[in-house]
Amino acid sequence: MSSKVLHAIYTDDDLLMQAVKQTKEARYHIEEVYTPFPVHGLDKAMGLAPTRLAITAFIYGIIGLSVAASMMNFIMIEDWPQNIGGKPSFSFIENLPAFVPIMFELTVFFAAHLMVITFYLRSRLWPFKEAENPDVRTTDDHFLMEVDVANHKVEEMSKFLSNTGAIEIKLIHK
Amino acid sequence: MYTLSSKLKLTAIIFIVVGAIGMIYGFLSAPSSIEEVEQIIAEQGAHHGESHGETAQMEEHQPAGHHSQPQEMHGADADHSSVAEGHESSHAEHLLHQLQNKPWAATYVAAFFFFMIALGALAFYAVQYAAQAGWSPVLYRVIEAVTAYLLPGSLIMLLLLALSGMHFNHLFVWMDPEVVKHDELIQGKSAFLNVPFFLIRAVIYIAGWNIFRYLLRKNSLRHDEADHNRWFKQSFKLSAGFLVFFIVTESMMSWDWIMSVDPHWYSTLFGWYVFASLFVSAITVIALITIYLKSRGYLEYVNNSHIHDLAKFMFGISIFWTYLWFSQFMLIWYSNIPEEVTYFITRIEDYNLPFFGMIVLNFLFPLLVLMNSDYKRVNWFVVMAGVVILIGHYIDIYNMIMPATVGKSWFIGIPEISAIFFFGGLFVFVVFNALTKAPLLAKRNPYIEESKHYHY
Repeated sequence: MSSKVLHAIYTDDDLLMQAVKQTKEARYHIEEVYTPFPVHGLDKAMGLAPTRLAITAFIYGIIGLSVAASMMNFIMIEDWPQNIGGKPSFSFIENLPAFVPIMFELTVFFAAHLMVITFYLRSRLWPFKEAENPDVRTTDDHFLMEVDVANHKVEEMSKFLSNTGAIEIKLIHK
Repeated sequence: MYTLSSKLKLTAIIFIVVGAIGMIYGFLSAPSSIEEVEQIIAEQGAHHGESHGETAQMEEHQPAGHHSQPQEMHGADADHSSVAEGHESSHAEHLLHQLQNKPWAATYVAAFFFFMIALGALAFYAVQYAAQAGWSPVLYRVIEAVTAYLLPGSLIMLLLLALSGMHFNHLFVWMDPEVVKHDELIQGKSAFLNVPFFLIRAVIYIAGWNIFRYLLRKNSLRHDEADHNRWFKQSFKLSAGFLVFFIVTESMMSWDWIMSVDPHWYSTLFGWYVFASLFVSAITVIALITIYLKSRGYLEYVNNSHIHDLAKFMFGISIFWTYLWFSQFMLIWYSNIPEEVTYFITRIEDYNLPFFGMIVLNFLFPLLVLMNSDYKRVNWFVVMAGVVILIGHYIDIYNMIMPATVGKSWFIGIPEISAIFFFGGLFVFVVFNALTKAPLLAKRNPYIEESKHYHY
């Protein structure tokens, strides 16, 4: 099954935002938008769901905190409670202040790194990954909106898109 | 224009009156002689027979330590018996000072707490000007109103300090010439810690802050009527100057007004620590008043993005406070040098719940409640977190002052709560009265348009 999409290219981000809103209103389905830089409010205009990355970071932070606390509780209190410079190693709470810097750092470490890895996984980014850019100009100064043709008429759609200010419209057979 | 509702005015006045009555009761019920204190001790002994047994055990414990030094044993034992004889009366005298200090310390803590909110608000205001913030100009009149309490609040502080200097109370041990005579440590500090210089410094800080506050407020009002930006530019320069003056005087103020109640103890980051406390309390009060006025329909251009920003400040500065609290605590706990660590030992032993409880109130609660971006836009969440932060920072100031002034005799009872009522009522009265004095939107501020359309 071959699907057809239209690539509409814009040269201005305000124009792009306008076009995205009009296209949504006309009930055409936007597959993807390629921009050289983050366009403020584009996700809202496209109606994308908010990210849950921050929630994952919070959970990872809690994991990091638990790892740090249980690690030091085992090493310093349970396994070999030595007297090191008179620090009280009888219970975890008594020696807690000395552990806090590590607990803090590991919380941040886990939250930051696992969140970044989650981001890479979810956005499918890795070294040697083949670039998905349909047009090299979208990394520099052009904006591209990919619209699903589905069972609309191509003629009608391209007229609509050129009315939204697209400078170029291409029909792509995927 | 804001009009002070008669309900709010009446509430504030009721708070002031009830607080004043409670404070007078606190002062009258403090014991005035050693005989009264001995009676109290006797009553407590009758009530708490078991706890008395514990103290007896503690006393027995001490000579046991002396036995480890056999060559001094005889001398030590002889000393001990004579000390024990004098112990009863010196204990009563000690307790008398503590109980007499109680209403004073309660007043002092509450007066400082509300004064520091006004001072912190002025610092926040100056930061907004100096940083040329584009989000906050719609809040300027609210912040200015909070700083209106600076003049009465700082004058009350000056009065309390002057009364201490005139020996009406024992809040500051170093002001007592009898104590200083036998205390070499304080003698060494008396070039700095002497009453005239102490009061002169206080007058300099208070005069400086109030002059800056007066000029900034005047410029803000003049700028509304002007057709040029000269007053605004002058405010920018004044704010930058104030921030320099503020950080020096605030630091010294914290040594003078707070750290010197423990004249044997010192900490280098204390000024910052007090700053964090006053800054976060001030931002919280600004947020609470903004939410209140918004709910009454007075702040047309304030939207939930402004609340979100204030809540972010509350969240961030709460964590900053915790960072400083922990840095101070952990460094002293870790090195455990006797001359420094007594400060925390008295707090952990005698003030366990307030000392560690405030970490929950000032850190854990705001951390968990205000972490979520959506919650920072929900008014009742911000109000709830704000109330907890304010209670937490009252306890923070309480923990700074009380252990040195009333020691083990602390209790949050009528004198403490009445003082909060009195100064809280006065604060609300002064601040909301100041809100009626000027339109709630700064008209011609160069950033006002940006601020009106601020969206995060």
